[in-house]
Amino acid sequence: MPPVPETDTGVLSASGLPDSLRYTGNIMAGKKTLETTYKNAGWRFVMPAALFIFVLSFYPMVQAFFLSLQSGLANNLHFSGLRNYIRLFQDEKFLAAVRNVFIYLVFQVPVMLFLALILASILNDKKLKCKGLFRTMVFLPCATALVSSALIFKSIFALDGLANTWLMGLGILAEPKNWLQDPVWARIIIILTVTWRWTGYNTVFFLAGLQNIETSVYEAARIDGASPSQSFFKITLPLLKPVILLTAIMSTNGTLQLFDEVQNITAGGPGNETLTISQYIYRLSFVYNPQFGYAAAVSYTILIMVAILAFVQIKIGDKA
Amino acid sequence: MKTKGEITTVSLEYIFLVVVCLLSVFPFYWMLVAATNESSEIMRGKLTIGTYLISNIKTMLSTVRMGRAFWNSLRTTVCGTVLSIFVCSLAGYGFQIYRDKQKDMLMNVLLLSMMIPFASVMVPLFKMFSTVHLLDSTLGFILPSVSTAFLILFFRQNSMSFPLETIQAARVDGLNEFQIYARVYVPIMAPTFAAAAIVTFMGTWNSYMWPLIVMQSQKMQTLPLLVTGLTAGYTTDYGLLMLCVSIMTLPTVLLFFTQQKHFVEGVVGSVK
Repeated sequence: MPPVPETDTGVLSASGLPDSLRYTGNIMAGKKTLETTYKNAGWRFVMPAALFIFVLSFYPMVQAFFLSLQSGLANNLHFSGLRNYIRLFQDEKFLAAVRNVFIYLVFQVPVMLFLALILASILNDKKLKCKGLFRTMVFLPCATALVSSALIFKSIFALDGLANTWLMGLGILAEPKNWLQDPVWARIIIILTVTWRWTGYNTVFFLAGLQNIETSVYEAARIDGASPSQSFFKITLPLLKPVILLTAIMSTNGTLQLFDEVQNITAGGPGNETLTISQYIYRLSFVYNPQFGYAAAVSYTILIMVAILAFVQIKIGDKA
Repeated sequence: MKTKGEITTVSLEYIFLVVVCLLSVFPFYWMLVAATNESSEIMRGKLTIGTYLISNIKTMLSTVRMGRAFWNSLRTTVCGTVLSIFVCSLAGYGFQIYRDKQKDMLMNVLLLSMMIPFASVMVPLFKMFSTVHLLDSTLGFILPSVSTAFLILFFRQNSMSFPLETIQAARVDGLNEFQIYARVYVPIMAPTFAAAAIVTFMGTWNSYMWPLIVMQSQKMQTLPLLVTGLTAGYTTDYGLLMLCVSIMTLPTVLLFFTQQKHFVEGVVGSVK
């Protein structure tokens, strides 16, 4: 409580209240109005962004749930309970899409993250020459559009494309191979494209993580006789754990939603051998006779998978 | 003194790095070279700059509405980036400078939206936008990505180092709260804004799935939509295709080359 200045006493006494009490009251009232002004200003700053997210993410998510309980074509929807969710398990296309996405996930994400980790540790080396140039070249692919990378790889692996010309020139292939019509090769090429586009992106994260580790830690380890591989496994990996977890969750999230690349390299073919879940949602809603209710049910499976896999990765991350 | 083992490790590192860099740059190089060659030469494996650039440009000008698509892309991307940076920086600033329990709670709720896959809300969003007549419009294109938890978090984290005394001083000088944001915060935080703008620009420029759904007429086609349409026929003119792909790719790549530091900051963003 601030001391009551002598000069104010006369004025305050006139109101018939004890001087000290009246004065403090005024101070508090002044503070409160200012505080409320600031508080309200704060809310005005955050509300537009919050509203956008509520209206354009959370609300559609709730809507998708109600939509997923309805069946029918176009806008002729009727309530059908859990029928859409039961239908999922008998739908060959949906099951193929889930299988494909998991194939991408299991092969692409670990390979890419491992590659990014190695690249980041090399690029973080203080003695490395031409560091800037190497970094620029490694990061370059993540400045190209997903669509561009898809079209470039599609052209290279076309029937009359560069890959066939080269392999035949080298005598490895006797006749041109139809890469994108072969289920296994089509998937490999999709994985290759995604890895090409995203390895540099993940390297950026790992490099930032590595730069936060004090070099003295490594020097101490070296003096204690640790080999480079030992310091990688015993120092780098544990200290990078949060970044690894983050990139793993982001990549998993991205792969489960894979769309641009597959849509433009194989369009899901041959058959449905490369089809992804996002593509299937797109087809159900905008290519076939629209089945918005069923598409919404498929949408929820992606959400559930993203949530479960993130949860599992966080649990594993805690234990490791 | 280096031991023999160390020298081998170091040279292996360089070999690995050079191979990765070649693989990383090659598709990009091939795209540019192909834009200057004739389709049949490209397919025969020509890897040097050719003389067909002018001819490919002529074909492009006479067959593809590239200019219109470029303008659509540029317009939507610039509007989207400006709006997004404005809304998210306001929020990031608000969440940090006027921090209290309720706002922290709201921020945590907003962060949950990062886990929502876009594919999951695509169908309801489409229905919503068709009801309010936002299909096939610039606004319809940009609205879903205006506010992202990622960008809000990015601005909030970067605002942590912003000195509160500066704000107090500005208040004493008689600036109101919004003026403090606009005249004090924005200029001081210019590098943060640059980083956020570059990453948002690249993301919007390259977006494909939502525009595919929302931009239904030819008139509103953005570059990714137009360029992917070029492979639809039986025979593809690879020279033309790669010229268009190059034109679509160059703006973001130039941005990357000139602003690499900001780009890296923007990508890593709030993870510090």
